[in-house]
Amino acid sequence: MRAKTKALPPNHRWLVASRVLAAVLGGYALTSAATVLLALIWPLPQAQAVMASSMLSFSLYTAIIVWIFATKRVRTLWAGLIAATALCGALAWLLLPGGGA
Amino acid sequence: MKEGFRQSMAWLHTWSGLVVGWVLFFVFVTGTAGYFTYEITRWMEPERPLVESRDYPGKETLLTLGLNRLDEVAPVAESWGINFPHESQSTRHWEDFSINWSTVPLEGHDHGTFGRETLDPFTGKLKTPVEPRETGGGSLLYRMHYALHYIDYPIAFRIVGVCTMLMLVAIVTGVITHKKIFKDFFTFRPGKGQRSWLDAHNVISVMALPFFLMITYSGLLFFTLSYMPAGLYTLYGNDQKSRERYFDELFGDHEHMAISRPAASVASMVAKAEAAWGKDQVASVFIQHDEGEEPRVDINRVRGGKVLWFDSDLMRFHAHTGAPLPLDEPDPTVTQTNQVLLALHEGRFAEPWLRWLYFVAGLLGCAMIGTGLVLWTVKRGKNHGANSHLGMRLVQALNIATIAGLPTAVAAYFWANRLLPVELADRAAWEANIMFLVWGETLIYAFFRDNRKAWVELLWLAAAAFALLPLLNALTTDKHLGATLAVGDWALAGVDLTVLALGVTFAYMAVKVQRRWRKQAAEREAQALNQGGLLAQEAVS
Repeated sequence: MRAKTKALPPNHRWLVASRVLAAVLGGYALTSAATVLLALIWPLPQAQAVMASSMLSFSLYTAIIVWIFATKRVRTLWAGLIAATALCGALAWLLLPGGGA
Repeated sequence: MKEGFRQSMAWLHTWSGLVVGWVLFFVFVTGTAGYFTYEITRWMEPERPLVESRDYPGKETLLTLGLNRLDEVAPVAESWGINFPHESQSTRHWEDFSINWSTVPLEGHDHGTFGRETLDPFTGKLKTPVEPRETGGGSLLYRMHYALHYIDYPIAFRIVGVCTMLMLVAIVTGVITHKKIFKDFFTFRPGKGQRSWLDAHNVISVMALPFFLMITYSGLLFFTLSYMPAGLYTLYGNDQKSRERYFDELFGDHEHMAISRPAASVASMVAKAEAAWGKDQVASVFIQHDEGEEPRVDINRVRGGKVLWFDSDLMRFHAHTGAPLPLDEPDPTVTQTNQVLLALHEGRFAEPWLRWLYFVAGLLGCAMIGTGLVLWTVKRGKNHGANSHLGMRLVQALNIATIAGLPTAVAAYFWANRLLPVELADRAAWEANIMFLVWGETLIYAFFRDNRKAWVELLWLAAAAFALLPLLNALTTDKHLGATLAVGDWALAGVDLTVLALGVTFAYMAVKVQRRWRKQAAEREAQALNQGGLLAQEAVS
């Protein structure tokens, strides 16, 4: 492990910290946005759709965390996170009763 | 992360596991004990009699006694219930003859007050309950696995939630890391240091993998809307009223009308149910009147044989005409899915053998976390040299204090139950205080004592603390193995026998660790001697 650590770039620690931050905050934000969107499009009575999508959210969050740590470049993953969250958020806003639509 | 996919997953597995490993070990230990909550509570209340008297008159007499008493204590109520004496699966013990009721809520209140009385089955008079010593019992231990201790509940279950989420990540990344999951499963190379720890960790983790996934995911589902409230907040709102609206939509909103003694014969309804289900299969009677519907009498069957343990068979009758009434529609699939997952987590439906399987799977969970934590230090100990820096020391001490110290502390909780004076104020709180004092002391000890000595000594302490409990029990109460085995009270005898088995397990671990390190020390000495010899030769030549 030692030998490998030395070969890593000098800002290695910051890159890891950035990923952890992305997983904790960005990942949670994306999961939240996706949960809302899923609740809106799930063809079930509203309360059941909220329950179903909220129950599923933990798998979603896990998959997002795996993706965050598997993506090669930190910049790509932040861009992806922000884009996906914005997209889910915008779609959810359009679909919300009394929302933008 | 410049490395490949599998390496980054291995990194994520290692660190997500390490940072929450100690809390998770605590959750698994107290949660596993939770599968025997009722039995532990009974053990901690030795004042209760061994076998309760099971003589009682016919159901008709019981019904009359129960209804008469309900008429006295709650003539106008929202619900009435009568429990017949029966062997209950959900509480795993004999249910006495009892009545319960809830009063009509006052203006502006959602719920009335709930009342319950245990009655003498022959006279209908209030039974004087046995007053056991004040104890937290099995339920306090069980509560700790999701509410911790000393920490405010809303904060505590969120801490546990974060740890559980990381556990889920650790499980998934662990599976990804193991490309040869089945080959690894049949591979165990003992006595090879790090390699053996890794093999052990793999075997244990794969053995109960479905259980670990189920228990972790369903654990999150107990607090779904607290952990992931986005859907609820956006579609309903984040105040109490919106929450209620959501739950009303989900479960239906029933306003209840006041009820009184049924005009129809409840005894003949019970007789119909007994004819259909068999004798002694009727557990209870429940009387309620939902707004917009008929006043009804539900006859509930003894629970059992279903994952949804609370969902017993029932027959429904009109309270005043005695005519059969249709049952409710089954819950929607989403709600049922949720209920099944929660029921699987709690395992309240489990018969004794399945319950033991739950217990063993829980212990395997402790072993999975334990071997994972040890593996971290073994791997790094080799590269950094043991005892090299503070971080390593801290992890080592936390490992010892958690894996050997926490079980000792749980044993201390039981010791405190027997040794603290019965009349001590805040006795239940002190039982828990002693548990955490002992745990804290093992941590301090592990930090300042030599790593290897601390392992061996604390494992022996855990062994003694558990193995001597049945003896302590025999010295301080009359509910010892001699008495419990003689009458076949397996719930009480089971607790004594299980702690004895745990003591033997810890002793075995202590012996193994001791032997291994003696052998290592001898090898190292031999090596040093050889090197010394070579140096001497070089000096001579």
